[in-house]
Amino acid sequence: MVVNCRQVWKEISNYIEGDVDAGLRVAMDEHFGTCTRCKSLLEGARNVVQLYGDERMIEVPTGFGRRLERRLAQGARVRRSNWSTWSAWLVPVAALALITGGLRWANSLTVPHPLQSEHAQPGRNIPPDMVVVVSAGAKDFHVPGCDVIHNKDKIRTLTAKEAIREGYVPCVRCMRKYLQIASIPPASSDPVAELSVNVEAEDRARTR
Amino acid sequence: MAELNVVLSNPEQGTTREQELIAQVQRGQTGLFYELVRPYERRVYAAALAILRNEADAEDAAQEAMLKALANIRQFRAEARFSTWLIQITVNEALMRRRRERTRMTEAIDDHRDEEGEYTPRDFADWREIPSEALERKEVRQKLAEALASLDRKYREVFVLRDMEQLNIQETAEALGISVASVKTRLLRARLMLRDLLAGGWEQGWFSRLPFEKGTKPW
Repeated sequence: MVVNCRQVWKEISNYIEGDVDAGLRVAMDEHFGTCTRCKSLLEGARNVVQLYGDERMIEVPTGFGRRLERRLAQGARVRRSNWSTWSAWLVPVAALALITGGLRWANSLTVPHPLQSEHAQPGRNIPPDMVVVVSAGAKDFHVPGCDVIHNKDKIRTLTAKEAIREGYVPCVRCMRKYLQIASIPPASSDPVAELSVNVEAEDRARTR
Repeated sequence: MAELNVVLSNPEQGTTREQELIAQVQRGQTGLFYELVRPYERRVYAAALAILRNEADAEDAAQEAMLKALANIRQFRAEARFSTWLIQITVNEALMRRRRERTRMTEAIDDHRDEEGEYTPRDFADWREIPSEALERKEVRQKLAEALASLDRKYREVFVLRDMEQLNIQETAEALGISVASVKTRLLRARLMLRDLLAGGWEQGWFSRLPFEKGTKPW
């Protein structure tokens, strides 16, 4: 292989990199041996690479390292303080959440829930320790055995006081006597009405 | 300081020490980060300067890049060269800043085309002597810096990353987001342009032809 000057100029950088194939390298070596211009070009390009590759060629502004060190220290502090800020906030926020949750839980024991039904009446003079039942998903509390209890397989027994506190409202059928809807005529064939009557009778007997 | 000198004079030990420092910083000892990057701070600055061409901007970009490197130190993997990783972060930071400032740049910053045609040297002055001792002179370094600064951006960036930052061709291509072929083409032109700028000056008191003027290339 024989190469001319133009081919050498085109490949001279790759030659310096060692990035030419063996055949081309031999041909270029032969060319450099006979062509003083291309040899001069090669040496000059090599000098450029050597000069600029020298660390002394990289000059930094006075105090560059000191300023970099300071900024890195500041950056590290900011990162730490960001975490500190987070962690500093985290503790009181968590404490606040615990306190709030605790208070809500405590309140739930003493403060009544709102009525489960806004259309219901709260009932009057219901004996606090009266045993009643509530069922899952329902809004009323009932005398045990009331026929209009929904989800009878998911009933829960509690006192009237507890049921009222949890927002349950008296059943308009079995707890009718405690409501201001006495005008609703109980059907004599209605077992719930009978239950209500029985409850009233029991109460009357108790008061006597 | 004595420890650092030993590290620098012994590449293998330096590598081991560097790996130890990286592991310590990754474990949270961020105070050691400056010691880790100190050997490369000049190269990091030079990379930023090659792209931004303004000392203040380059310093700020280099600092910001090092902060990003610190913030992402856990992502560094041992299979990569730490210096290359730092320089790539710096190049990214500088390129991002330049894009942000593009309207204020006077250069055509999106010109990724490489000049077609063959390169024809314009000066064949004999420059076989290796003038490395000349670098002791500040004015020589200044003239070399001026010659470099006079190159078009696309040549200057490739030259700095390959010949000053010592990235390889592939790394240079990846850092700048250009092809390997473009890196080779630009590197050829950058080296020969600088050679043209400097060769004749060696015999005539150095750099009498500077600055290299854009648009007056004889090829």
